[in-house]
Amino acid sequence: MAELTRELAAEPAVWRSHGRTRRSTRTLRVRTSAVIVTAVVLAVLVVPPLAHLDQQAVDLSMKLRPPSPAHPFGTDDVGRDLLLRCVYGLRVSLLVGLVAALVATFIGTAVGAAAAAFGGWTDRVVMRIVDTFSSIPHLLLGIFIVAMFRPGVWPVIVSVALTHWLSTARIVRSEVLSLRSRPYIDAAVSGGASRWRVAVRHLLPGVLPQAGLAAVLMVPHAMWHESALSFLGLGLPTHQASLGNLVQSARSSLLAGDWWPTLFPGLLLIIPTLAIAGLAGSWRERINPRRRSELML
Amino acid sequence: MLELDAITAGYERGSPVVRDAHLTVAPGEAVGLLGPSGCGKSTLARVAALLHRPDAGTVTLDGRPVTGWRHRAPREQRTAIGVVFQQPRLSADPRLSLRDLIAEPLRATGRRGEAAATVSELSRTVGLGEDLLGRRPHEVSDGQLQRACLARALVLRPRWLVCDEMTAMLDASTTAALVAVVEEYRRERGAGLLTVGHDRVLLERWCDRTVRWEDVTTA
Repeated sequence: MAELTRELAAEPAVWRSHGRTRRSTRTLRVRTSAVIVTAVVLAVLVVPPLAHLDQQAVDLSMKLRPPSPAHPFGTDDVGRDLLLRCVYGLRVSLLVGLVAALVATFIGTAVGAAAAAFGGWTDRVVMRIVDTFSSIPHLLLGIFIVAMFRPGVWPVIVSVALTHWLSTARIVRSEVLSLRSRPYIDAAVSGGASRWRVAVRHLLPGVLPQAGLAAVLMVPHAMWHESALSFLGLGLPTHQASLGNLVQSARSSLLAGDWWPTLFPGLLLIIPTLAIAGLAGSWRERINPRRRSELML
Repeated sequence: MLELDAITAGYERGSPVVRDAHLTVAPGEAVGLLGPSGCGKSTLARVAALLHRPDAGTVTLDGRPVTGWRHRAPREQRTAIGVVFQQPRLSADPRLSLRDLIAEPLRATGRRGEAAATVSELSRTVGLGEDLLGRRPHEVSDGQLQRACLARALVLRPRWLVCDEMTAMLDASTTAALVAVVEEYRRERGAGLLTVGHDRVLLERWCDRTVRWEDVTTA
């Protein structure tokens, strides 16, 4: 007995949290993501107006030079500075991604909210349409839409937006349905609130965080789709710098052993999108702490 | 008169929760409805508050038959009944401060101007300090939140009150305080009360008349 108590006393009865190290990597991830996103946005906004360099300036004497102090990312096959091309490309991709994500979220929120609000047959028909479109691969549907227009920024935006609102519609619909059955909506109805007031004052503010999160999570996805379409030669016109176009035009030089025209646009496609996804992930963790955060792209 | 006649109500077709219920509350009368949990008394209270459309039966409010529920009921019918729910956490919009929570019915009915004065008067009546009014639901206790919910139910001066297990989540002193507020309001306004619960001692001391669930549904 005495031994047992001594043994128990020797064992420190303190619960230790093992969460600390994990939390710090989480903070590190968020901070890194924030720094990268800020840097990218600044570069994209500041460099083009300030740099008095022509991104289209062709200099055949400088073609396919490897990275050097004068051209940190090297030059492409007609001697254009790749760093400048990449910044312009990122600008276009980011713009397309942002606009497409916003449009898609808007459509998704409107459709999802309407389906939940009207219920009954409207809800059933709308959600079956959503299911139908979800069953077609995004890229295939995107190619189909893009192919109907002349190449340019807007067809790409339309194509990405029209293929990406489906998941938002589903999220918003289920959120509205769950909010609508809460007693505080009953209380509002009993307090004389009109349908419109219930929607705007009580339902919409409840749905907005989810919709906003869906929008941010969609930006990387939309950027990747834009690049995929451009890479396939269906997206932006080839002279316009976009990350997809840059990777596409670098394909031939890669076979000749020139790695920089592929590597840098590729990295600029992957790193900023992962950073945006990282930020969105931490936001989602705040809204919904119980769900483990992973990169949901 | 608030009359519920032959009410059958439920959430799924073919399996009603409430079958053929009869209940009458006279103006100024306090009626307690006693029943075990899960028997359907909350559903009946929701029907009485025009928040749930019954499958069959008629509700008559102040001599006029009710033809629509929720938004289909005319606003003056809906607002003639003040409702307090069981769980204050769920019946308060988490984004509104207590001040906005209490003032919301006034704003929704276009009486924005009187909001400030009415809210501060009512919050004194239900025992909420001025400092609590700026807080949001998650920053106050259940009891404080239920006081705000009661104030919200009273803010439009309803002729009828429906309290669905209003005190089930509260301690004895808060229960006594809220019952006192309801009784004071009824004395002042002559409002009728339908209160639903499973605490027989409380309901028998509170109400003029207590009816058991079995008697309501088989009458």
